[in-house]
Amino acid sequence: MAYSQKVIDHYENPQNVGSLDKGAADVGTGLVGAPACGDVMKLQLKINDDGIIEDAKFKTFGCGSAIASSSLVTTMVKGKSVDEAMEIKNSDIARELALPPVKIHCSVLAEDAVKAAIADYRKKKS
Amino acid sequence: MSVKPPIYLDNHATTAVDPRVVEEMLPYFTEHFGNAASRNHSFGWAAREGVELARERVADLIGATPKEIVWTSGATESDNLAVKGVARYYEKKGKHIVTVATEHKAILDSCHALEREGWEVTYLGVDSEGLISLDELKAAIRPDTTLVSVMFANNEIGVVQPITEIGAICREAGVLFHCDAVQALGRIPIDVKAMKIDLLSISAHKMYGPKGVGALFVRRGRPRVRLQPLIDGGGHERGLRSGTLAVPSLVGLGKAAELARLDLENGEIERVRALRDRLWAGLQENLDELYLNGSWDHRLPNNLNVSFAYVEGEAMMMGIKQIACSSGSACTSASLEPSYVLRAMGVDVELAHTSIRFGLGRFTTDEEIDFALELVTEKVRWLREMSPLYEMVKEGIDLKSIQWAAH
Repeated sequence: MAYSQKVIDHYENPQNVGSLDKGAADVGTGLVGAPACGDVMKLQLKINDDGIIEDAKFKTFGCGSAIASSSLVTTMVKGKSVDEAMEIKNSDIARELALPPVKIHCSVLAEDAVKAAIADYRKKKS
Repeated sequence: MSVKPPIYLDNHATTAVDPRVVEEMLPYFTEHFGNAASRNHSFGWAAREGVELARERVADLIGATPKEIVWTSGATESDNLAVKGVARYYEKKGKHIVTVATEHKAILDSCHALEREGWEVTYLGVDSEGLISLDELKAAIRPDTTLVSVMFANNEIGVVQPITEIGAICREAGVLFHCDAVQALGRIPIDVKAMKIDLLSISAHKMYGPKGVGALFVRRGRPRVRLQPLIDGGGHERGLRSGTLAVPSLVGLGKAAELARLDLENGEIERVRALRDRLWAGLQENLDELYLNGSWDHRLPNNLNVSFAYVEGEAMMMGIKQIACSSGSACTSASLEPSYVLRAMGVDVELAHTSIRFGLGRFTTDEEIDFALELVTEKVRWLREMSPLYEMVKEGIDLKSIQWAAH
């Protein structure tokens, strides 16, 4: 696969790899994708009482563009409010990474991971 | 000797042309450039001489006679000619073919084409080792079966089928036996007489020859195999394959066949096998959760196909980009489907996504294997650090217990 330099940079130097305490009340965890489909993303967001995302960590099983999409989305959400993060579209990620058409689903997965992590956080709070 | 990356471990895809092959080809571009079908001048005679020496050398590699070798444009054409040519010639006898689910696409798609024309095809399954069952083969042969096509060694997993036994079963049943031997040539001794093979596909570029030429062995003795040609024209190759011969490339194929035969005698195969074994032993020592795909005992000496669980194949190949290899992952295929060969063996689709194929060759060195072992180890560890699945498994979570949302 011929990838853009941005995908390669994120793959070779992924940002915010790791895990947060999934039991913590201020951490939302999103786990999306399926091993059978070849990609699984785990995205964790640490959200403060003002609804601002203070930290984001990911772990991803998937191809280079899945790893790059995860890495990019962690850098995008940090410092944003939950409502702002909900507005992130997969097309923003795909455009930024110049993903080839067959890899658009990687950016969809990253968007889904953000939404799943926020949903988990909201469930904990309610 | 030092290693100069990238290193080439994809010898099932293609091989470098051996310099000795190139050397032998060169005069046929400029000096002996004649048409091998020109019977009345020295340019034609020289070309013909080169092509006929090549025919002898290819025949020698497989225990055939030169007249049984038909030149083609490569193994895809050889496979097409064998399957469609036999099926159509013997149409009156019956319209049933037996083959295997893990065959190369050149066989499977030729069979699909025949199915659209009214033939019936039985696709034998394979066990978890990648091997067919001889009892299933016997049971599949019917009175209207005209051809059985089983590859010698698989291009993905390197698994070697019981060819001698298959040949005996086919001969006894009175059906022709075609074998795609592309991956096995020069790596395993092949004798079409002893193995009772009636048709055998050969490619030049998988055995250190040039791309664009191949051959089909067509038995002339008992039984004499008849074919309906695919390409009509000037009647070259005794009417079985018209078209001006690619003289320089065929000369190259001949030299490649001679060198391949020498490899079987001079210890080269054992050298490559030892390197492959060293790579596998080293990986197993360094890493956990590795799964060998395909039989270890019935396997090409130069093949290693491993699933590195919890590390997706394409990401792995990006990580080890200094090593040229292949993956059965969906992400590396045009169809976005994981390897049909691995799926036919019953390999979990999850593991199929993590498979990597290493194909060693004549030019693979000890230092390159050491380099590959080190780099693969480092990158698998790095990618597993990043893998949520590896983390979950280490936490004791059964991945099968999770409701994954397929997408």
